[in-house]
Amino acid sequence: MPMVNIAGKEVEVDEEGYLVDLSQWNEDIAKYMAVEEKVDLTESHWEVVNFLREYYAEYQIAPAVRVLTKAIGKKLGPEKGNNKYLYELFPYGPAKQACKIAGLPKPTGCI
Amino acid sequence: MSDMDEMDDGSGVVKKFMFLNRKAPHGTVYALEGLEVVLITAAFDQDVSMVFTDDGVFQLMKGIDTKGIEVKDFSKTYRALEGYDIEKLYVDQASMDARGLTEDDLIVDVTVLSVDEMANLMAEQDVVISF
Repeated sequence: MPMVNIAGKEVEVDEEGYLVDLSQWNEDIAKYMAVEEKVDLTESHWEVVNFLREYYAEYQIAPAVRVLTKAIGKKLGPEKGNNKYLYELFPYGPAKQACKIAGLPKPTGCI
Repeated sequence: MSDMDEMDDGSGVVKKFMFLNRKAPHGTVYALEGLEVVLITAAFDQDVSMVFTDDGVFQLMKGIDTKGIEVKDFSKTYRALEGYDIEKLYVDQASMDARGLTEDDLIVDVTVLSVDEMANLMAEQDVVISF
């Protein structure tokens, strides 16, 4: 699988650019992935990315977008737990793009 | 009505799906693959139940540690099922008894069923898929 050099460290990514070993994740990797995804990281983006990392630590999966939306609503409030908000932050799919930036695998069932 | 007719106007059809888990969590891919199929099925808004029987009851055990066999421990993922609106989890009483397990040993809330109750539940299903 391809190797990329991120901030002086060699990391392995899969053919779609997702991090292979999520224990390697750090903020530099998140920033690199965000550039790849053409996402300009703000506090609001980080909130979702950090939420995903917590979700993964608890359940060992990346959630489907419907589940992510619901869980964000529960934790951060309905003004954030909706498709409009999340798609504005991550136009090509919150689950897909945010997971990549968070160093998680692609969500199960995400094509 | 044939199956084809149902599929033609089938956007709102909800079927009863049962996923039957019979194997220990590790050593084969059945448990993990079965779990992934269930998570994908959840996206289609079907009536899903999961049953754990035989060595399948071990999939739900608390405190699984897979470090020694160097595979991912996905037992925590069963706790995510609720968020996917999959809340019908059943275990077979006889399988639990034979392995010295009680509900307190399991990582999620389940309904324990006798053989007869399980047979009735299976008879109600439209689709039963075994892993």
